[in-house]
Amino acid sequence: MKLLIKNGRVIDPMNGIDEQLDVLINNGLIAEIGKNLAAGKNERIIDAGRKIICPGFIDMHVHLRDPGYLYKEEIASGTRAAAAGGFTTICCMPNTKPVIDNAAVAAYVRQIAAKSGVVNVLPIGAITRNQKGEEITEMADLIAAGCIAVSDDGKPVEKAEIMRNALEYAKMFDLPVLSHCEDTSLSKDGQIHEGFYSTYYGYKGIPAAAEEIMAARDIILAKLTGGHIHICHVSSRGTVDMIRKAKAEGVNITCEVTPHHLTLTDKATGTYDANTKVNPPLRSQEHIKALMEGIVDGTIDCIATDHAPHALESKDCEYNFAAFGISGLETAVPLAMSLVNKKFTVNKMIHLFTAGPAGVLCLDKGSMGIGDTADLTILDPEKIKTVDPNRFYSKGKNTPFAGKKLKGWPYMTIVNGKIIAEDGRMIEE
Amino acid sequence: MNLAQKKDLLGLKDMSKEEIELILETAVPMKDIIKRDIKKVPTLRGKAMVTVFYEPSTRTRTSFEIAGKYLSADTVNLAVATSSVQKGESLKDTIKTIEVMGFDLIVMRHSMSGTPHYVARNTDMRVINAGDGANEHPTQALLDLYTIKEKKGTLEGLTVTIVGDILHSRVARSNIYGLSKFGCEIRVVGPSTLMAPEIEKLGVKCYYDLEKALAGADVVNILRIQKERQHTGLFPTLDEYANLYMVNKDKLKRAREDVLVLHPGPMNRGVEIASEIADGAQSLINEQVTNGVAVRMALLFLMMGGTRDEITN
Repeated sequence: MKLLIKNGRVIDPMNGIDEQLDVLINNGLIAEIGKNLAAGKNERIIDAGRKIICPGFIDMHVHLRDPGYLYKEEIASGTRAAAAGGFTTICCMPNTKPVIDNAAVAAYVRQIAAKSGVVNVLPIGAITRNQKGEEITEMADLIAAGCIAVSDDGKPVEKAEIMRNALEYAKMFDLPVLSHCEDTSLSKDGQIHEGFYSTYYGYKGIPAAAEEIMAARDIILAKLTGGHIHICHVSSRGTVDMIRKAKAEGVNITCEVTPHHLTLTDKATGTYDANTKVNPPLRSQEHIKALMEGIVDGTIDCIATDHAPHALESKDCEYNFAAFGISGLETAVPLAMSLVNKKFTVNKMIHLFTAGPAGVLCLDKGSMGIGDTADLTILDPEKIKTVDPNRFYSKGKNTPFAGKKLKGWPYMTIVNGKIIAEDGRMIEE
Repeated sequence: MNLAQKKDLLGLKDMSKEEIELILETAVPMKDIIKRDIKKVPTLRGKAMVTVFYEPSTRTRTSFEIAGKYLSADTVNLAVATSSVQKGESLKDTIKTIEVMGFDLIVMRHSMSGTPHYVARNTDMRVINAGDGANEHPTQALLDLYTIKEKKGTLEGLTVTIVGDILHSRVARSNIYGLSKFGCEIRVVGPSTLMAPEIEKLGVKCYYDLEKALAGADVVNILRIQKERQHTGLFPTLDEYANLYMVNKDKLKRAREDVLVLHPGPMNRGVEIASEIADGAQSLINEQVTNGVAVRMALLFLMMGGTRDEITN
């Protein structure tokens, strides 16, 4: 089946393309990109006028909850949420039950993804066995089973010695080590960012220093070992500043930022609605400003959702009892679009979802070359819609953005040359 | 004017000066009722209220209970230790169960900030916050304001010094939110480890030296120090705390001669307050307890539909 996408603006940051072009897809591959391509026989034509055609979006930080927590999310629901949200590739974190700390669990995830998933699923293995921070995992075996990075996400690797060994060992395979930076002695019992609003609303605060201290340690260890450290969900000015400096010194370091840390401040916690509870916490305007600066000057490599679906009762409760996390796959693109032309260009935004994460993980994705797999995301920058968690494909309805009207949504998600979602709804066979 | 249009009382943060004044004025005739021989009026007959305390309390719970009883409301106390919390029931389910028994109003205390707000969103009952975590304790602040106003005649322009564990204190916060609406100069003083971040942005002056903080003060409100805080390393010993921050005769000399001494209780004598001060002529600590009943009567009355004229005429 051939597909001809006409009249769209193609933006492919990796190849430096930004112009009005048609895209022809044949047999799941990009067959041709050019001006005024003529429609042949048996071609379905998609009018992408006033739309933006991009390489398929990649989310390198997703919790799919399978195995072990199927009441929170399944690979079937999580990948549909990704498709509806405009993503063609997602990387899933290993904090499942059992943990993805060996090849068998990684193989299981890939098998379920092949059977019931609708987008590309790339598992991330654990850094340490059972995420206990004690013994490093069989990384070669994890890579052989399809893992593209390692992380103990949700938990920091407490001991510097273990992190050092992990970085040294992962270096042999050019395997990125994704670090959840948190000094838990400083963040203990904390609910929101420590600052004016923790005082005003009476919460126990989590200081930015809890993140920065661990980030500093990991940067030093990356310098020591030459291993590739990737700082997950950067939320503080101090972390951005340290990463900028480390990059200038040539340290092998990358980082990501989430849509919620870019668009919400700690002020949002004043409702005591646990949907605003996330780790690292929503921070103050001053920190958001630093994140924007980091995006503009290239310190921040990509946007990742940290999609953390939870069951209703884990959020519909006392704030302190609630779980940390936001269901992010179905709001990430419009949230990022809401910053376009205000904080950065649309080209930059697309970079952060395509070439950015592909570069971090050395993936053969995130661009639109002739002969490449036809994974595409088409954006409708004019579309205005209100966030309605009841319409989420994700089982996690936990979002602080419910009821928010946003402009700029994914129009079409194409995986392997097949249209799988249109206007936020799945096209099921 | 009444507070019937206000479903809940969750904090002084979002109350107007007029609403606070109304409560304080309504508490005046309520205090008269307490002093009567027959301390019961039929005003809230047929209304039902329940106190649900997820944290130990004697005075606040008793104060609410007797306030309701003086007004003839049916008052029930839910003893949380023996309730379904122990069986793992969700708070939402517990509240729903209480609601469908027909209660009009719930008085709630919880160790976690924002829990009364969460409950208020999930019930048709009126909710009064009797203290939530380190957030607010609005009725304590209202009774503090009442006590000050009764003695000083006004709240406007007074200098009030709050001493102790500001970081964890809901009493401090509610007092700050209330007093700042009356143009008071508010000072907070305590060890730096027990000071709340960026608290100056609330319009208060922050001190670490008790004597400086007391200089020229009209009112000193002394907070209870939780002895557990020492174990988490926030201050070295109770002795050192007492050396630096216990309000005693000597330190209090810095304040105005007619300074009023408040303490929300229960007191740790010899730690945050010297007995000579607790039992001294300037201490209003027992007066506060009586006023607490009056203020809570006023609140229950105004929230459940009464108007001020009704009680004075």
